[in-house]
Amino acid sequence: MSRTDLTALSPLLVVALAAVAVLLLISVRRNHRATATLTLAGLVLGLVSISWAATVTPHQVAPLLIADGYALFYSALVLAAAVVVCLLSFDYLEQRGEQREEFYVLLLLATLGGLVLVGASHFVTLFLGLEILSVAIYVMVAYARSSPLAAETGIKYLVLAGASSAFLVFGMALVYAQTGTLEFRPLVAQLSAIEGSGLALPGMALMLVGVGFKLAVVPFHMWTPEVYQGAPAPVTAFVATVSKGAMFALLLRFFAALGPGEARPLLVVLGLVAMASILAGNLLALLEQNIKRLLAFSSIAHLGYVLVAFLASSAFGDEAVTFYLVAYFVSTLAAFGVVTVLSDNEREAERIEDYRGLFWRRPLLATLMTGALLSLAGIPLTTGFVGKFAVVAAGVEASLWLPVSVLALGSAIGLYYYLRLVVVMLSSLDAGAATESAADSGRTPADPGQTPAWPRAARVGGGAALALGLLALLLLGLGLYPGPLMDVIESSVSPLR
Amino acid sequence: MTLILLIALPLGGGFLAWMLGRFHAQAARWVSLAALGAGLVLALNLWAEQVGGEVLPNDGSWLVEFSRAWIPQLGISFHLALDGLSLLMIALTFLVGILAVGCSWHEITTRVGFFHFNLMWVLAGVVGVFLSMDLFLFYFFWELMLVPMYFLIAIWGHERRIPAAVKFFIFTQASGLLMLLAIVGLAFVHQRHSGELSFDYFDLLGTPLGGVTGMLLMLGFFFAFAVKLPVVPLHTWLPDAHTEAPTAGSLVLAALLLKTGAYGLIRFVVPLFPDAALAFTPVAMTLGVVGILYGAVLAFAQTDLKRLVAYTSVSHLGFVLLGVFAWNELALQGVVMQMICHGLSTGALFVLVGALYERTHTRDLTRLSGLWAVAPKMGAMGVFFAMASLGLPGLGNFIAEILVLVGAYSVNVALTVLATFGLVAATIYSVRLVSRAFHGANDGAWKFPDLSAREMVVLGVMVAGLVWLGLYPQPVLDAAAPALSQLLPVMPR
Repeated sequence: MSRTDLTALSPLLVVALAAVAVLLLISVRRNHRATATLTLAGLVLGLVSISWAATVTPHQVAPLLIADGYALFYSALVLAAAVVVCLLSFDYLEQRGEQREEFYVLLLLATLGGLVLVGASHFVTLFLGLEILSVAIYVMVAYARSSPLAAETGIKYLVLAGASSAFLVFGMALVYAQTGTLEFRPLVAQLSAIEGSGLALPGMALMLVGVGFKLAVVPFHMWTPEVYQGAPAPVTAFVATVSKGAMFALLLRFFAALGPGEARPLLVVLGLVAMASILAGNLLALLEQNIKRLLAFSSIAHLGYVLVAFLASSAFGDEAVTFYLVAYFVSTLAAFGVVTVLSDNEREAERIEDYRGLFWRRPLLATLMTGALLSLAGIPLTTGFVGKFAVVAAGVEASLWLPVSVLALGSAIGLYYYLRLVVVMLSSLDAGAATESAADSGRTPADPGQTPAWPRAARVGGGAALALGLLALLLLGLGLYPGPLMDVIESSVSPLR
Repeated sequence: MTLILLIALPLGGGFLAWMLGRFHAQAARWVSLAALGAGLVLALNLWAEQVGGEVLPNDGSWLVEFSRAWIPQLGISFHLALDGLSLLMIALTFLVGILAVGCSWHEITTRVGFFHFNLMWVLAGVVGVFLSMDLFLFYFFWELMLVPMYFLIAIWGHERRIPAAVKFFIFTQASGLLMLLAIVGLAFVHQRHSGELSFDYFDLLGTPLGGVTGMLLMLGFFFAFAVKLPVVPLHTWLPDAHTEAPTAGSLVLAALLLKTGAYGLIRFVVPLFPDAALAFTPVAMTLGVVGILYGAVLAFAQTDLKRLVAYTSVSHLGFVLLGVFAWNELALQGVVMQMICHGLSTGALFVLVGALYERTHTRDLTRLSGLWAVAPKMGAMGVFFAMASLGLPGLGNFIAEILVLVGAYSVNVALTVLATFGLVAATIYSVRLVSRAFHGANDGAWKFPDLSAREMVVLGVMVAGLVWLGLYPQPVLDAAAPALSQLLPVMPR
């Protein structure tokens, strides 16, 4: 392996080494704070090393991995999300008495899997990355071992993810049988060379099942609400962002390389999937009383939105996909971040009722939550608005009128449940007007004894506060001044087509 | 820079009001008043400059302009510009804003800082809508004004405020999404012709549009503005939102938010899609007349005072739709007058109803009677604004509606004749309102203090405005004339 190879892979190496280092640290001495700090340092170092890796791009490492601007951009996204999850997890785990340190090993491994996925240029690395990511997530989902719900969720996720991996592998085998290669570029060249795709098309369709499962799009979405609800809140945040984002990055890379002739039949299917996801996600969320499940359904719809821009299959569409994913990362992490910091060691703040009057009890958290929800709904001032605008623009440019209309319809439906949450946060704790006016005139806030004991007014720890502050800044900043990020995205997605 | 300041003043003032409101409620009110007062002064100053003849070189009707690149990747700029039409609307915005702060001085006692923050941000959004010359920016402000308005209704509204607020938000947001699609579609059609992606209003003007495409894109815009205006049958959110909103919310909704719909029709729908708009004229004018008559009939049937006034809005704004699609100088001048006069007269009625509600805790016409004896000042004001609403000569609304009718007459006689019956219906519901509430015996044995000095000032300003517009409307007509004559040729008749 040459020096350039090592440079190009430095983010991967740093994170892998960090995982080993954390393992060693745990075996020497169990200390939650030290473990978390080391993990954080590893992730941040990984982020820093991206700028180092950028000096050698584009660089192909063996046939397996590629370090181009695109891979590095998504690596940065994955690492940044992991940093946020790490910061959120510390306070969350600190409240819980179980063994906490191993969580960070798993977090680092899952992140590593994500990094491998976004850099994959070969089906083997695709599978490798996916499995590193998934296996780590199996454990993270069931990390709260004492609760039966966690075990149930873990098993559910394990079985379904295993099945979907099987589909993926079988699809790969079929494609390999037809083309004789597993490497993206030669494979694509083979596909366009042969008349009639033979086994390759069914192969790729099977692979889409595996991919669709990871992305949680209709009809492979059934696991999402269960896992979102059962997993610890920071893990849910990770599953919702890193695991989906990395998979989408890979999907985009593969389809961008695919010629229009080969991609079209699959794009028709993905178009149906997109529309079904938007409608099903938004409609199912309407009746949901559990905020984690609600966000699960909303994430199904959001992946549908991203797919609309993806269907455009143009350079502009790629940019829109990437921008929307960034916006989705920021908003989702912010929303789950608030859920995380409001949770305590008894249970998580997942019932809508837990948020009643949050605006008057925890104004900052409620404002951030409102911002995240409005961003998910695509209201101006937030980054979600710019993202939605980019997606709509990409769809309209490619004359995808039907999917874009469904998107508009879906976001109109979506508003209803986002607003319902905002309304709950705004309403007073109890209907009595007396408490309301007492709490409002700014004198004494309502006596905590009178308010429902849930969620407890725990203090937000330093790490979580830092993460949430950062997210709030991004939520607003990217909404008001998205130009610089768009520049970066434009240059990083350009190697794709 | 003046234009930036016009938007920044309410934004900054609102933020400051929120922060100060946490310590002292009164401070929030004064800060808001000061910021809005400064804005009004700026607007009047611009008006004085226009009267003095200062316009931008080579650009007939535009007074001030400001443009910076914002998201250059998508051809989006931060482009603001102001002509006589925007100027009038902005002056109205700041004036109504001040009155809104004034009329909620005692009504709002909870979360005062946050209330003023929302109020000011609605106003900032409205100002932004009136100034934006980039369609992305326009849409940005268009959506921006919804969220704080939603909060105003959902937090400080009456009993059934939540459903009303949600209905308001979903109606406007869903129609806004259609407009977003149309905006993007228009930009790409333009890109196909010129090879350049741009959301700038001036670039997009004159984009050649084929029949069906043009009509669909036009309808996307029309829907958004028709929901806001509102046009029957898209009006159902309005009575609910008005009824449940606090007084200041109703005032801002009636006087300003509805006007953004009218402004959008004049500024965007017809100039950007002249052919489609011409083809759509019979439908739109018919909808206008339906609105005039339907609103009036329903207003007559209401027993809730706020609902009554809300339906008169539907009726009055039917004239706006009729006038816009008549698209000649007289009709458009009438539309501009109607936008201002309706803002003042209907706004004042909402303030009155709000004041009444504050005292009696009811808006039910069947329970209110004989109030003149209890509160003569309130009675006199009620009669005055009812007369304004029915179009009494000498008050602004008369000028507005006559101009619209005269203008529309030359385009479609039959519809204009029908629309005239709206004036008759307006007389009936206005007289009914006054005779029910203020005349007769005081059956409910009501007893409450008359209008306070503060309320008299708020209403007095509106009285003065309406009398001025009724007796000497020329300054307003002159201010709007250059902008309108610039717009008129786009859809020749």
